[in-house]
Amino acid sequence: MQPDAVARQSLSVGVATGAYGLSFGALSVAAGLDLWQTQALSALLFTGGSQFAVVGILGAGGLGSTAVATSSLLGIRNGLYGLELSRELGFHGWRRVAAAHLTIDESTAVAMAQSGRADARRGFWLTGLAVFVFWNLMTLAGALVGNTLGDPRTWGLDAAAAGAFCALLWPRLRRREAQATAVIAVVLTLVAMPHTPAGVPVLVAALAAAIVAGWPGARRTAAAPSSPEPPPAGNAATAEEDAR
Amino acid sequence: MSAWPTVLAAAAAGFALKLAGYVVPRHLLDGWYVSRLVALLPVALLAGLVVTQTVTGPAGALVLDARAVAVAVALVALALRAPFLVVVVLAAGVAAGLRALGWG
Repeated sequence: MQPDAVARQSLSVGVATGAYGLSFGALSVAAGLDLWQTQALSALLFTGGSQFAVVGILGAGGLGSTAVATSSLLGIRNGLYGLELSRELGFHGWRRVAAAHLTIDESTAVAMAQSGRADARRGFWLTGLAVFVFWNLMTLAGALVGNTLGDPRTWGLDAAAAGAFCALLWPRLRRREAQATAVIAVVLTLVAMPHTPAGVPVLVAALAAAIVAGWPGARRTAAAPSSPEPPPAGNAATAEEDAR
Repeated sequence: MSAWPTVLAAAAAGFALKLAGYVVPRHLLDGWYVSRLVALLPVALLAGLVVTQTVTGPAGALVLDARAVAVAVALVALALRAPFLVVVVLAAGVAAGLRALGWG
């Protein structure tokens, strides 16, 4: 992909996600948090699902400990993204700390959608920073003037987000293993959703990776005997070649 | 009671979880199985995320509404090799349009 295409993708994801910040800011103030607390959540917690959970629970009169627990449950997947991002993008020192803070669904998805390590890194940073900036600015706007956009669903922003993640996953799905993982993940999520609290269904979906990774027969086609380490699936092989 | 302890505890836990993925020693992830597992995790998690974004209704129930139609249209557009922005705008437009018509 052309570098400007990566930038365009990152920026559009940043703007679209940022628009939700308006509704977060407004909702947070309505839930009884002050401006600084609202802004602190967007700047420091910086992961949408967890933030909405915190203000939703506090606003409904729930316990702080419940809010932290639910927020953390929703945050586990960021840690799981970090495992792959750390290996593929190879950050060190302060960059690793900054990368960890910017590790969210959007930055991960854009990084993964690229076919080489340089573009993946660029996509990760640009998307992480674009979402961070727009999300925080729109949080401030929402907290100050309320949700002037109205319900984001009126504009189809919820569907835009789902559509964007489909588009970002799409290039990965050329590989049969990734296809199988995605299909199993979809089924597992649908099965788990009615029975588990928010945040859990997506973690149940992670089992799809565990199933496909150990699929019988996969070993046959995996590593060449001379290879010093097993070739990772997905874009990993390409990324490593780029780095050499 | 002030919301500050909750805000700061949630932020600290959230950052610790994010950082955890980056500080797991590399050699623990080098095995044949774990290496493949880690590489497939983002696909599994993002696919799960798309499902929850698309069909989550009130109180966790499954609902099919404008979002499902919009995502289906997005997938067709992707199969027809539509560019990223077209897919995103199309999904938003379909959902917004259906809702304007009073469905979903």
